[in-house]
Amino acid sequence: MSKHHHHDAPKDNYQIPVATWEKGRNVILALFVISWVAALAGFSLDHKQFFPSYLVAFYFGAGITIGSALFIMIQHLTGSAWSVPLRRLMENIMMNMPVLAVLFLPIAFGIHELYEWSHADVVANDPLLLKKAAFLNPTAFYIRAVIYFAIWSYWAWRLSSWSRSQDASKDLNFTFKSERLSAPGMLLFFLSASLASVDWIMSLQPHWYSTIFGIYCMAGGMWAFFAILTFTLLRLRANGILANSVTIEHYHDMGKWMFALTVFWAYIAFSQYMLIWYANLPEETIFFKVRRTGTWEMVSAVLLFGHFAATFLTLLARASKRSLNVLRFITVWILCMHYVDVYWLVMPNFSKAGIAPHWMDLACFVAVMSTLALGFWWRLRSAPIVPVGDPRFQKGLEFQNV
Amino acid sequence: MADQSPIHGVVADFDSPDTLLDAVKAARAKGYTKMEAYTPFPIHGIDEAMGAKQSILGYIVLCGSATGFTTAILLQWWTGTIVYPLVISGKPLFAFEFGFPIIFELTVLLSAFGAVFGMLGLNGLPRLNHPIFNYSGVAGSSDDRFLLVIEASDRNFEVTATRDFLASLGAEKLEVIEA
Repeated sequence: MSKHHHHDAPKDNYQIPVATWEKGRNVILALFVISWVAALAGFSLDHKQFFPSYLVAFYFGAGITIGSALFIMIQHLTGSAWSVPLRRLMENIMMNMPVLAVLFLPIAFGIHELYEWSHADVVANDPLLLKKAAFLNPTAFYIRAVIYFAIWSYWAWRLSSWSRSQDASKDLNFTFKSERLSAPGMLLFFLSASLASVDWIMSLQPHWYSTIFGIYCMAGGMWAFFAILTFTLLRLRANGILANSVTIEHYHDMGKWMFALTVFWAYIAFSQYMLIWYANLPEETIFFKVRRTGTWEMVSAVLLFGHFAATFLTLLARASKRSLNVLRFITVWILCMHYVDVYWLVMPNFSKAGIAPHWMDLACFVAVMSTLALGFWWRLRSAPIVPVGDPRFQKGLEFQNV
Repeated sequence: MADQSPIHGVVADFDSPDTLLDAVKAARAKGYTKMEAYTPFPIHGIDEAMGAKQSILGYIVLCGSATGFTTAILLQWWTGTIVYPLVISGKPLFAFEFGFPIIFELTVLLSAFGAVFGMLGLNGLPRLNHPIFNYSGVAGSSDDRFLLVIEASDRNFEVTATRDFLASLGAEKLEVIEA
């Protein structure tokens, strides 16, 4: 579009105002302290409940962080302009990878509470686990976790720091370098995130397997990433931050991504379900047998109608993707549904009779998410909140859906 | 000259998207509603300026998908349980578990039909010719010219007045085209 119609567009301040930043920091810090005290109290009271609750919270946060990295790399590879004004916020989410590595420590510490294959005596008496022992053993589990976090943190750090260096220098080489790093990055992230979902979630039920499980987890995580990014943008907008730079056109595209991933998640979830249903092999059907027992059947129904159908119908119309009120609602809805999804993956392994909510679920959730939010919030202040040096930045600001 | 033949409208030929956009806004302000712009690339904001309504194509697609969805269910249920009730590998005669791929495919197929044929229908396609091709400079509209046509069917249309009005908006070339 020509300059003629845009030269008078109001400009935003690309630094977060100190007062707003401090207000946000205080809220997050308060949540951080309260929730960690509660989580630690919960741990000492009942560590059998603590570890599953913590795993749900940890994997919820991990999925979002991995989702941010995947999307940033897709944007570098496709050379997209529309997403550039949002990219610094995404990078600040992605840079939580090292924080995530620290948050993983309780899982590593609680391996014997969570994973039956970590007990040598159980494995010795189980022919199937004996065959899987070369992969599913504590040492290999720890080594793989170190490798995952090393890959994720390195890629996050490179992409994020190049982007920040470009702010001042406006050097095009940073864009080319990011593109080059993103291609092997996509491959490595898909493999490592897929294996991580096997290690951390699938192996809770070590007899069961599904080759599509990694994609299922990544689809849900990326979905929640878009929801939390859009939600954050709407909160910033309510405080007058990026209110002119991030327009309805950008929100519309975020809505499209949430819609697309709603469908993609359902496609993957159904593919997994149908093949298992049709083949009808006991070691495969056990996964759904457990999740159709007692009140878990209700939770499964919530996923079908809430995670998929309701979100699909809400976001179907163009007008709803362009309504900030609809997006404000649906982002919260998506985050709730993603939590139900992760809860549904983890908890039936520990509470076979039915759903058993516990205050520790909430404490761990707030503890993990406030820790990640704190990392995000701290980086928000250390650089402009948009990549001002990106060659596609101006084009991204002016972007319009045709 | 062309007085005997029916008239399609008056073409105004502009040299930039900005002058075209301003002309569209002026024409709307003047009360013209039946107009069409011909440009080499999409121009942001021109739909709103022309007062073009949101296309109903989405609803046609929705009807297509609803038809596909229900047809696929009925087809599989009817053939599987009524006309050819055969038990295959111990599965129920009809179940959504195995029925859904067909339901999905038929939903997508009829949605796509709705989108393609609906688009053709709404655009009045296929058609062999269009009066805009009677304009001597029509080739420019796929290169570097921006055309605005005010059509004769507009109730405010009057050849001389419309022509003078368009001339006042800075059109570099004006032509009355036959229908």
